[in-house]
Amino acid sequence: MRGLFLSLATLAVMALAFWAYRENYATQEAQRDLRRMNAEIADLREALAVQRAEWAYLNRPDRLRALADLNFDRLNLLPLSSEQLSDVALLPLAPAPLFQPTPTLSDLPEVSQ
Amino acid sequence: MTRTPLRPLARILSARVKGENPDVIEVENLHQRHETMRDRARQGSEGRLVVLVGCFVVAFGLIGARMGLMAATEPMEPTSAAMGAQILAQRADIVDRNGRVLATNLVTSALYAQPHLMIDKPRAARSLAMIFPDLKEDWLLRQFSEGRKFVWLKRKLSPEQMQQVHDIGDPGLLFGPREMRLYPNGTLAAHVLGGAGFGREGVRSAEVIGTAGVEKYFDAFLRDPAQAGAPLELSIDLTVQAVAQEVLAGGMQMMNARAATAVLMDVASGEVISMISLPDFDPNTRPAPPTSGDPGDSPLFNRAVQGVYELGSIFKIFTMGQAIDIGLVTPKTVVNTQSPMVWGKYKIRDYKNYGRELSIEDVIVKSSNVGTARVALDIGAERQQAFLKELGLFEPTPVELVEARGARPIVPRKWPDLTTMTVSYGHGLSASPLHLAAAYSTMVNGGTKVAPTLLRQKGPVIGTRVISPETSAMVRGMMRQVVVRGTASFAEVVGYPVGGKTGTADKPDPRGGYFKDRVIATFASAFPIDAPRYVLVVTLDEPVNMLLSEPHRTAGWTAVPVAAEITRRVAPLLGLRPQLDLGPDNGLTLARN
Repeated sequence: MRGLFLSLATLAVMALAFWAYRENYATQEAQRDLRRMNAEIADLREALAVQRAEWAYLNRPDRLRALADLNFDRLNLLPLSSEQLSDVALLPLAPAPLFQPTPTLSDLPEVSQ
Repeated sequence: MTRTPLRPLARILSARVKGENPDVIEVENLHQRHETMRDRARQGSEGRLVVLVGCFVVAFGLIGARMGLMAATEPMEPTSAAMGAQILAQRADIVDRNGRVLATNLVTSALYAQPHLMIDKPRAARSLAMIFPDLKEDWLLRQFSEGRKFVWLKRKLSPEQMQQVHDIGDPGLLFGPREMRLYPNGTLAAHVLGGAGFGREGVRSAEVIGTAGVEKYFDAFLRDPAQAGAPLELSIDLTVQAVAQEVLAGGMQMMNARAATAVLMDVASGEVISMISLPDFDPNTRPAPPTSGDPGDSPLFNRAVQGVYELGSIFKIFTMGQAIDIGLVTPKTVVNTQSPMVWGKYKIRDYKNYGRELSIEDVIVKSSNVGTARVALDIGAERQQAFLKELGLFEPTPVELVEARGARPIVPRKWPDLTTMTVSYGHGLSASPLHLAAAYSTMVNGGTKVAPTLLRQKGPVIGTRVISPETSAMVRGMMRQVVVRGTASFAEVVGYPVGGKTGTADKPDPRGGYFKDRVIATFASAFPIDAPRYVLVVTLDEPVNMLLSEPHRTAGWTAVPVAAEITRRVAPLLGLRPQLDLGPDNGLTLARN
């Protein structure tokens, strides 16, 4: 009985040792992964910052204005002015339909109030 | 344990036989028992003390050992936590009101040399001089051969330059990482942003610190890691700023002006939408402050904030606004405008004689000094000072620029009646265009005080009441009349009714007195004037309009057309709906039921 117990205990210790060994290496591997990914994230963030700076630089108003002037014959871009804005009230009404219009308000019999 | 009886029978009996007192024996035994009890207790507590000491020694020993270990090991970032973005850049971005980048960081490299590691010093010096034209070959060679072990060569390198230095292939030329401040829009909003430079420098990194403008004012905020990289949101609108700068630069050239300033302000919140001071500079390569000459002539000088000038007739609006507010006059009241007006040994003149009398509205429309001076006399010096003070014209503006604190308006120390009169039409009191923009915002926004700010606000900021809403409406009416039939007739913009007031002030001669033919022309306007949203102040320094047969210097011919063009271009960008003239032939018939 005692021998059985001792051999079982020894087996358990060996199993646990094996498990701890594997966990240890798995943890180290995970930490290495994390470090690598953090470095990658940092690199990507830095690249993102550079791209944003570059985007802002390429979209600076001076440059856009120069490009618009340069490509005027193709794009016909002019500065925004109040003449380009209008009011809904100034839009022409829809043209009268050609065939058999659906009854409109004026076709309906007038109802006196 | 056997217990010794206190009265052992044998001893008691023998004592009794001897005729002694048996109680003595009991006392003696009791005493002995107490002694042994005490000894045992002492032993026990001694043992406890030893255990306690042991515990303390172990505990403090552990703490001490741990401290020693921590002090001795290299610091390490925790590896198992996810890394945040905030640690990347040491300085937060600055963005405009729509989130477009005004200032950001870029990683670059600095170049240094360790001459004792260099192999071919003459060749390295020659190649470096070819890459960087500003480094001289003999200077480099001297640096390399003086026996120094460390020489800084360049603060910032472009990637191309870095590659070229790599191609030299000398092991003594080394790079240190640097974070540099980048202003992608170049000169745009240069005076607002200011600039940044390097503080303490090491090989591995360098501190980036603000040197002027908001960069310096918000230096602590921008560098605060607790902000987690949150950008600084300014009230500036990049597009509006770009358009206004373009128009102002063109206007400055056309009007042959030495310098120009424009401030566009939201009347409800005091947000500065655009602030331009020309000539300007590139904050990426901020020039060193001038060591000689007038600092006011340097491009670094922010005229909108630092330039305190006598702004002239612009002030008449304040005088009349106050007079109406305290019930002295209405726009229809008639005052004596006989020019010149004689006061002691002084004479106050108008640009030309406007006849015997004018209504208050016409005094503003024609810009009569005499009429304004007479009204100011009725107001009195004390009330006038209190009112101007309330408008913020006696103190530096609270705007978030380091330069603003030093720009204190020049206020006359004594205030006799003559000063009351001259100040009423803008002479004798100097203020900056930004002061003026804030004061005009207060006058037209319904009468509540406006404090200029460069930070984006969430909504209108209601200040203390300075004038009543009715007065504000009358002031707006007068400002509209100035444009409709007065000195600012060029200010009309299709779709956006503008109201304003011109001011032409002779420049003071540093040798005393005033120049005859050098003026500062200012136009302060609000649009749309029936319900103002924005105030625009344009100031030109020494303008001459040569487009016509004779030169014109007054604001109506110089600052007003420039301001009108800015308004025309900027108003649609600000999202203002133009007021279109729905004429009779607009293709609509009135509907009726």
